[in-house]
Amino acid sequence: MLKMTHLSKVYRTEVVETYALRDFNIDVKEGEFVAVTGPSGSGKTTFLTIAGLLETFTGGTYHLDNLDVSNLDDNARSKIRNEKIGFIFQAFNLIPDLNVFDNVEVPLRYRGMKALERKERIMGALDRVGLASRAKHYPAELSGGQQQRVAIARALAGSPRLLLADEPTGNLDTQMARGVMELLEEIHRDGATIVMVTHDPELAARAQRNVHIIDGQVVDLAEDPRFHSAYVAAAGQVRG
Amino acid sequence: MLGYYLDLAVRSLKRSPGLTALMILIVGFGVAASMTSYSVFRAVSGDPIPWKSSRLFVPQIDIWGPRGHADGSSDNDPPDAMDYTDAVALMRDHRGKYQSAMYRVSPSVVPPDPHMHPINVGGHAVYSEFFAMLDVPFQFGGAWGADGDAKHAAAVVINSKLNQKLFGGANSVGKTLNIDGKDYRVVGVLNNWNPKPTFFDVVNTGGFTSGQEDMFLPFTRAIDVGMSNDGNTNCSEVPKGSGFVGLQQSSCVWIAYMVQLEDKAAVSAYKDYLDGYFRDQKASGRFNWALNNRLRDLPAWLESEHVVPSDTKISLLVALGLLVACLVNTAGLLLAKFLRRSSEIGVRRALGAPRMAIYVQFLVEAGMVGLTGGVLGLLLTWVGIHGVNWVLPKEIASLAHVDLSLLALTLVIAVVATMLAGLYPTFRASRVQPALQLKTN
Repeated sequence: MLKMTHLSKVYRTEVVETYALRDFNIDVKEGEFVAVTGPSGSGKTTFLTIAGLLETFTGGTYHLDNLDVSNLDDNARSKIRNEKIGFIFQAFNLIPDLNVFDNVEVPLRYRGMKALERKERIMGALDRVGLASRAKHYPAELSGGQQQRVAIARALAGSPRLLLADEPTGNLDTQMARGVMELLEEIHRDGATIVMVTHDPELAARAQRNVHIIDGQVVDLAEDPRFHSAYVAAAGQVRG
Repeated sequence: MLGYYLDLAVRSLKRSPGLTALMILIVGFGVAASMTSYSVFRAVSGDPIPWKSSRLFVPQIDIWGPRGHADGSSDNDPPDAMDYTDAVALMRDHRGKYQSAMYRVSPSVVPPDPHMHPINVGGHAVYSEFFAMLDVPFQFGGAWGADGDAKHAAAVVINSKLNQKLFGGANSVGKTLNIDGKDYRVVGVLNNWNPKPTFFDVVNTGGFTSGQEDMFLPFTRAIDVGMSNDGNTNCSEVPKGSGFVGLQQSSCVWIAYMVQLEDKAAVSAYKDYLDGYFRDQKASGRFNWALNNRLRDLPAWLESEHVVPSDTKISLLVALGLLVACLVNTAGLLLAKFLRRSSEIGVRRALGAPRMAIYVQFLVEAGMVGLTGGVLGLLLTWVGIHGVNWVLPKEIASLAHVDLSLLALTLVIAVVATMLAGLYPTFRASRVQPALQLKTN
């Protein structure tokens, strides 16, 4: 579903080159739920924005749903984002002027879908996240957890092949975070491929597979001698 | 999608009413200032007889020679009017389809109602072909015929306004009118014909400064009765004779002349005739300088006579400058407004909006500001046109008016200009990097 090979992302200024990702390799299979973890500044969000075709990369290859997306123009990238990818952001990123219904409608509008089909999909997605009764409410009238559920409904409405979540519970309290996580797990059980960036080892542990990024590279915590002892300690805490 | 973009534009404009009102005010004032000035400019610079102006010509004969150009004039142009001798000679030779010599008169008229006092009226002494040449519309009756010119008929054509004043607006054809103490028979009533500029005689009217054209009477009759010239008279030397007869015998120019020529061949033939006439006069010893005639069509003639007042051109330029300044300000406000929504743009891009979709969305919003500003501009233009006599001469200001074409033009200019002003802000909005915005959030 998502395969990056020897991928690199370099930010260049006149005096310095900064590698956000370096020789980055990842292969996410269809139907997998992968958690991407790592310290701040390790390159997690850069990986996610490149995976979501929001940003270009400097070297390497990237295949999404068996399509090489390295050299696509803006229109083609937008079309793939619209049809194959669903985004869930830490800050929800709902549009404050639009009510819940209209927020969920945004990606469907750019797909040129007929009004009746849009309505069916929107209400179906809202029903799935338990907010069908709040369709006419505005984001400011909802709690953080409800706003994130609306964002998830917006991501689901277009039936994407890949769901990218960036710290989806980062702005929520524990109870709300648990609810959102349970919703993601349910969506995964229904067959969705999910890649979730998170700081939280407890959330990461609920994913099928963990990928750890340090200094722009994927590392195997269990095998890499630099992190082995820390990994064992952290794993013990999570189990305890 | 247009409906969606319109809906988004309305929501966006409602979200920041203060900023929206400011932009609409700026566009409205800018458009109103330029359209008010344009309406004046249009009124004074438009073709007064567009269906025929290219077939109407004004001949000029250089009867003064170099001494007539010694007053600092650098264009070497012949006098812009004719003396009596040449005007009558050209009428007698009758080389155009229609032609008329004319001069401005201002006689007094004794109303048929004995209770009314005599009134001064303005008008022209013309030949009968004047009416056919200029497609003058009649409400009642018609012009006198060619025999009326030949027989110096005591006939008169009056305008509808004078007909209303003297005869209550009824059909007055056949009635008698006392003009300067002599009886004239009314042969026609014009259908409120009072073109501005008075293109047929800009020499004697300046185009705009004369009053109403109340009446027209035969040139030959006016000369017979000594009805004096109420227009301009220019002389290169002091007339030898005195009075109106002395004027007719002098080389002073005071008679306007217009001729209708149907095609290029007719124009060429008339030019040859005019040059031949000059050579004949030169051979007879009247002139001793080189040929220097002119034959301009009406648009070229109005241009050469500077009929369009220069202050209307200047005010139009100033107003257009103001519009540009307003649009630059609008562009700045739009830029600030659009970039404040970078977060929304980032989300839309992440959810699949291509750059073009963002571009169109914000361009529609700019267009809506322009349309609303245009509606406000219409109201302000209406106010401006009614207040333009504060800054321009009354006779010029009174020509400005609001009509459908001005309404449509105001709206189109407002929308197009605002969308042009919105091009850069819209371009910047469409270039917002979604990854950067989403990372920032």
